Amino acid sequence: MGSRASSLLREEEIEEIKKETGFSHSQITRLYSRFTSLDKGENGTLGREDFQRIPELAINPLGDRIINAFFPEGEDQVNFRGFMRTLAHFRPIEDNEKNKDPTASEPLNSRINKLLFAFQLYDLDRDDKISRDELLQVLRMMVGVNISDEQLGSIADRTIQEADQNGDNSISFNEFIKVLEKVDVEQKMSIRFLH
Amino acid sequence: MTDLCEVGMDDLWSVTTLLLQVWFSVMIGLIMIPAMFGLSLGVTSVYIQILVKILEWSTLRIQRGHRDRPTLPVPAPLPNGLIQREGGSMEHEMGELRRYRTQSISRGEFALSDSFYFYRKGLESIVDDQVTQRFSSEELVSWNLLTRTNHNFHYISLRLTVIWGLGVIIRYCVLFPLRITLAIIGLSWLVIGTSLVGFLPNRRVKNWLSELVHLMCYRICARGLSATIQYHNKNNKPQKGGICVANHTSPIDIVILANDGCYAMVGQSHSGLMGVIQRSMVRSCPHVWFERSEMRDRHAVTSRLRAHVAAKSNLPILIFPEGTCINNTSVMMFKKGSFEIGGTIYPVAIKYDPRFGDAFWNSAKYNMVSYLLRMMTSWAIVVNVWYLPPMTRQEGEDATKFANRVKSAIAHQGGLLDMAWDGSLKRDKVKEEFKEHQQKMYSSMVVGKKARTSQEPHTESTKR
Repeated sequence: MGSRASSLLREEEIEEIKKETGFSHSQITRLYSRFTSLDKGENGTLGREDFQRIPELAINPLGDRIINAFFPEGEDQVNFRGFMRTLAHFRPIEDNEKNKDPTASEPLNSRINKLLFAFQLYDLDRDDKISRDELLQVLRMMVGVNISDEQLGSIADRTIQEADQNGDNSISFNEFIKVLEKVDVEQKMSIRFLH
Repeated sequence: MTDLCEVGMDDLWSVTTLLLQVWFSVMIGLIMIPAMFGLSLGVTSVYIQILVKILEWSTLRIQRGHRDRPTLPVPAPLPNGLIQREGGSMEHEMGELRRYRTQSISRGEFALSDSFYFYRKGLESIVDDQVTQRFSSEELVSWNLLTRTNHNFHYISLRLTVIWGLGVIIRYCVLFPLRITLAIIGLSWLVIGTSLVGFLPNRRVKNWLSELVHLMCYRICARGLSATIQYHNKNNKPQKGGICVANHTSPIDIVILANDGCYAMVGQSHSGLMGVIQRSMVRSCPHVWFERSEMRDRHAVTSRLRAHVAAKSNLPILIFPEGTCINNTSVMMFKKGSFEIGGTIYPVAIKYDPRFGDAFWNSAKYNMVSYLLRMMTSWAIVVNVWYLPPMTRQEGEDATKFANRVKSAIAHQGGLLDMAWDGSLKRDKVKEEFKEHQQKMYSSMVVGKKARTSQEPHTESTKR
């Protein structure tokens, strides 16, 4: 799994990524090592097939959606910066960050940004609304063939009913946040990176 | 004057070559002859001890170098991976995610936060997964002075570099020619010896001679790799008419095991050099070579192996049920075919010491020849072999369960991780059934313990 990692990643790049994502120096170096081990084509970018080669991801019902999250609009390859930017959403929120200066820009791993990440995984067409169809798509991916169309439809309707406040039969980001306000997003959408 | 100089130079040259030849032959003789009789002059063990001392010194030196120069941000390898995983099952995690809901969990329901479980699991596997790392060489805790394992190690001190340089010279200029010669001698003797034995008619003498020839050749080959093999529990050694099963790391496994006993090999018949070796081996005692077309017919394979095992006088078969080379940190799924043959299974655990040379054959990256060359320019091969007590299939146990039982025993003995993943994931995609299994589990949580009835007045057909 090792590679000549540190020599290919320049100090300035590491500093920039550190500022943007908040990962520590050693975490960035290790994640770069992981990035290069996934990069079978050795061209400095990852394509969708590189992700699908991970068996645990390939059997994840929402695996394809997660892979999509790494690729910006219409692109097929993601470089290390993009990789880190997406991973940064799952960095745990440290205590000293919670009371930061509110005028500073939101870090990628704040509660709001974690929720936005999850919201965008539902909202495929990026119209800032989760429509019934989009909700059904995700539901279908998660349950496979085990639940009938009608049942799934009623589950989707019920969920939208609960969340929808302005009566447009879809869930906006604010409504999304409201429904999930009691969920411990900080813990559930975080990965504990070892130093 | 110049003539004299030239003559002098010629003389010097011929003397040097003569000396080299004499030295070479003496070395070969000293290594080969004791090897043929299973004796050892003890040179290899002294060599290993010296190596261990040097490697320990270099480890300390590297650590000191890192402490003195903290600006070198070289992260230490993490033996347990990059992240700490949440161990909860799907049910437990979903329960936690839904805790804020007022309905009880047994009723089921979908919550928008259910997907968080899958997102997190997915990202955890992107950062660090259990499977893909098994198909590349094990990362060492500390550098062992081989260029090929130099991943993150910068220049530390002059002495270290000098030792490394000396190591390169010794390995490539001294050890490598010796080893190549030994390997060639070993293999040619195997072909010649087995062919000669093949001419003998008598049963008992023929078998005894054939075993002798095989043992000698494998011992020479093992010397050709500077292999130090430690066998444990020799009383459990595989008997005739049994099946020997081991974890697979490299083609050298065969040499390692055959140094201590005779086995009937199982495999695909090749053409070329391998084919010559295979055909001559079969002349002296029965091995089981399959044509490529035969291998696809599992029934035919099983019946041939069964016939071989049934003849109680045949040598034990050697099979590697993983089906492919794994990097010796874990044992992956055992294919159940070998466990359907019947007969007694003799499990064997093989563990290489990675400090002296990386034995794993990454067949995607290196072909056989370059792999063998790398083996011959490593420090040495140090390996532990444990013979485990024989196992048989119990009443009512199916082949898969039996295979898993044997796998756990081998993993436990060798200190390897016992994994259920299939080794063929090295090349193939994972089966859809695993995803379907997860979907099924999740569906049962959504539907709840009681069957749900739809309460909507209309049923719209849904587009997917």
